[in-house]
Amino acid sequence: MAGVAVSTTINGDAVEYLCQPDETLLEVLRDRLGLTGAKEGCGTGDCGACSVIVDGRLVCSCLVLGAEAEGRKVETIEGMAHGDQLHPLQQKFLEHAALQCGICTPGFLIAAKDLLAKNPSPTEEEIRFGLAGNLCRCTGYDKIVRAVQDAAEVMKGA
Amino acid sequence: MNFDPRFSGRQFASVGTRPIRPDGVDKVTGRARYGADFNMAGQLVGRILRSPHAHAVIKSIDTSKAEKLAGVKAVITAKDLPDLTDGDAAMYDILDNCMARKKALYDGHAVAAVAAIDARIARQALKLIEVEYEVLPHVTDVDEAAHHHAPLINDQVFTEGLEEKPAKPSNVTKRTQFGHGDVHAGFAKADFIVERSFKTEQTHQGYIEPHACVASVNPDGTADLWVCTQGHFVYRQHCAQLLGMEASKLRVTSSEIGGGFGGKTHVWAEPVALALSRKAGRPVKLVMTRDEVFRASGPTSATSIDVKIGASKDGTITAAEATLRYSCGPYAGSWAEIGAMTAFACYKLENVKTVGYEVLVNRPKTAAYRAPSAPMAAFAVESAVDELAHELGMDAVDFRIKNAAQEGTRASYGPVYGPIGIGPTLEAVKHHPHMKAPLKANQGRGMACGFWFNFGGQTCTDLNIGMDGSVSLAVGTVDVGGSRASLSLVAAEELGIDYSHVKAIVADTSSLGYNDMTDGSRGTFSSSMATISAARNAIKILRERAAQTWDIPVEDVHWEKGHAIAKGEKYGNLSPLSLKEIAAASGKTGGPIAGHSELVADGAGVSFATHICDVEVDPETGSTRVIRYTVVQDAGKAVHPTYVEGQYQGGAAQGIGWALNEEYIYGKDGRLQNAGFLDYRIPVCSDLPMIDTQILEIPNPNHPYGVRGVGETSIVPPLAAIANAVSNAVGVRMTHIPMSPPRILAALDAEREG
Repeated sequence: MAGVAVSTTINGDAVEYLCQPDETLLEVLRDRLGLTGAKEGCGTGDCGACSVIVDGRLVCSCLVLGAEAEGRKVETIEGMAHGDQLHPLQQKFLEHAALQCGICTPGFLIAAKDLLAKNPSPTEEEIRFGLAGNLCRCTGYDKIVRAVQDAAEVMKGA
Repeated sequence: MNFDPRFSGRQFASVGTRPIRPDGVDKVTGRARYGADFNMAGQLVGRILRSPHAHAVIKSIDTSKAEKLAGVKAVITAKDLPDLTDGDAAMYDILDNCMARKKALYDGHAVAAVAAIDARIARQALKLIEVEYEVLPHVTDVDEAAHHHAPLINDQVFTEGLEEKPAKPSNVTKRTQFGHGDVHAGFAKADFIVERSFKTEQTHQGYIEPHACVASVNPDGTADLWVCTQGHFVYRQHCAQLLGMEASKLRVTSSEIGGGFGGKTHVWAEPVALALSRKAGRPVKLVMTRDEVFRASGPTSATSIDVKIGASKDGTITAAEATLRYSCGPYAGSWAEIGAMTAFACYKLENVKTVGYEVLVNRPKTAAYRAPSAPMAAFAVESAVDELAHELGMDAVDFRIKNAAQEGTRASYGPVYGPIGIGPTLEAVKHHPHMKAPLKANQGRGMACGFWFNFGGQTCTDLNIGMDGSVSLAVGTVDVGGSRASLSLVAAEELGIDYSHVKAIVADTSSLGYNDMTDGSRGTFSSSMATISAARNAIKILRERAAQTWDIPVEDVHWEKGHAIAKGEKYGNLSPLSLKEIAAASGKTGGPIAGHSELVADGAGVSFATHICDVEVDPETGSTRVIRYTVVQDAGKAVHPTYVEGQYQGGAAQGIGWALNEEYIYGKDGRLQNAGFLDYRIPVCSDLPMIDTQILEIPNPNHPYGVRGVGETSIVPPLAAIANAVSNAVGVRMTHIPMSPPRILAALDAEREG
């Protein structure tokens, strides 16, 4: 099977790769590019652990083909901090203990970043529905919601 | 010096604070490495072929076409995992579950496996394996399976625990009984009796990370296994035994674990990955799909429980009885036994009897799920207790307080309790503002209690003090939810240094002595005990080094707040030596300073919780929303209170999912119909309210700081608390979990039709 040549931008860097036509963006990120921050929890778009942002849109990377990244801008968890400066969401997730096992955390952070980009002052209900595409089995979501609320306050003040 | 684990009251400096966890930054930046995030040079992709039949004889397996496919490096069947279990029935069941030997016993049972150069070729190869099955009648329902006409899953099983060995084989593997007193006499004294039958459906732990491992067997017979597990030492034992290796030749490294909740306490794919690697001569990565996780890992039991409780007019329970049938999957288990032990553990009872029946069904092998077996028993008992309170005209909380177990009560499962928290959690609930908040139309409030044993077990810990005075803590209990933070706090507390100078890691099986797995809520309980012991051993050396430096007797050197202090007026001019100063000089005073600890952490304090829940039920659709939830639980001592709260909230959320929605749905063909997160729907963020918590601290007398396990008890009360809330909201007693919309509508219809 011939590979597809793809030129794309990932976390601000120009990246080129060959992938199979049926290979998902998640497989490309994890297995070809070594970006294992996005996780496969289901492979069917139900858990959100593989969330990335493509051209400003929150997607499950298991439902996007690697070939579809051609010419686009992809944001992953690996690009969320600036050097050693954590994003306010990352910092607040730590302070609120909004993670236990942490497998869902990259997906939640990406989804929360997308949510706050579109709605900087979400209500609790808007946060809960905004993050409803991401499954967490450890926390009961309480501390995740509080971390996002706190991060939103910090980001508004920045 | 022998370690004294007894509780002694003290003022804490570090324990009870809420610092950021040491593994946190890795987890918010995507750098933490979980089971599937590790790779080795030359690694192959492993895939498993699974039975589509619930029950079938495997007549033949032809792997020749798969073996010829370009890129396939190994194909294995049960023949490549010969039986080395030497009469160990439990290990034989594990072997048979890893790879079916004669019969496929459930939809999803592994029958063959391949290793290929990529996933695509591996998938193609599976399609080329030809398995000839003789399909047999199957049974998936726990009550049907217990019936004497049911298809037999294993004709070598004769029910154990009966007075006489039965003449015929059965799907009931074991009967167990607990209790004391005379329940017949007790019921004769009762003024009110409630008798009901309950059912709960099978649920899955639902960890977000599928099982994943990388196995590498070398030509010299040594091997490495990278794996997400709750117990890498146990995995090493099991894999080594099944593969015929010496345990010391197999080094198992536990990856970060993406949730387990009991589901990662058993090997499934790991022996298969090792066998593939051995045959192919290359490392093999094997990652389950979500479909495989549902079909072929270890969900919890489905249950059928009969409860009878009687009370006199003054509200004293005179007798309590339960019969519990728990599904085990196709292999023997002790799930009903645990349910029978926990069922009435919250109460002080003169006459109590519980009987458990372990039932084989054509479903995946049951595994532990957070306080395994207790939530279902609590659902049945706490529902009946609520109903009985109602019949007596007593408040549900007051009725429980009147009958609650206390220090000195003989538990229904045998032992006599020490100081326990059931009474205090009930008193806290009675006075909680949640209990007085007004309710609207179609809303109901419920409460329920829960018990869990907790476990201690074998534990080994190393504490090494660096020359700069910083501390490396190596533990052997896998960190499932923040224990590296709590154990660093404990090390800092005992040594008298700042938390920031301690770094805890989970050591691999070649770097530390044996540890039992992280189960039974033992992670922080047992490893903190071992950490305290290791730290005290290190302090002994620190004192010796200070004594040597000062040239005074070691008995005159005390350890206070991270410093060696010379005690006595004659030493008035000696300045205290800090841990850092003693460490810096260690090269000249006798070499590295370390403390080790090997112990069996006995005395895990039992744990109790009481939950309050408000629900709103839509009478037209039967849909239920939890609108307020409060957890009150005894932690003994909360080492890192934020993570204790997290355990309370997480268990409650899992219980809410179990109570309202989650269930394995099997078709008449014996196949699982909802093996994915779309159709097996766990609670999402928009389904839940904030989950309020109240931590009580009734010290465990068998731990230096009073710590009890906190991880599991929180899932025990929710099924009952929510069932009581729904029953109060709709006016109909709900007896079947999950209370999904169709079941609630059916119950309402049945009530209307009378």
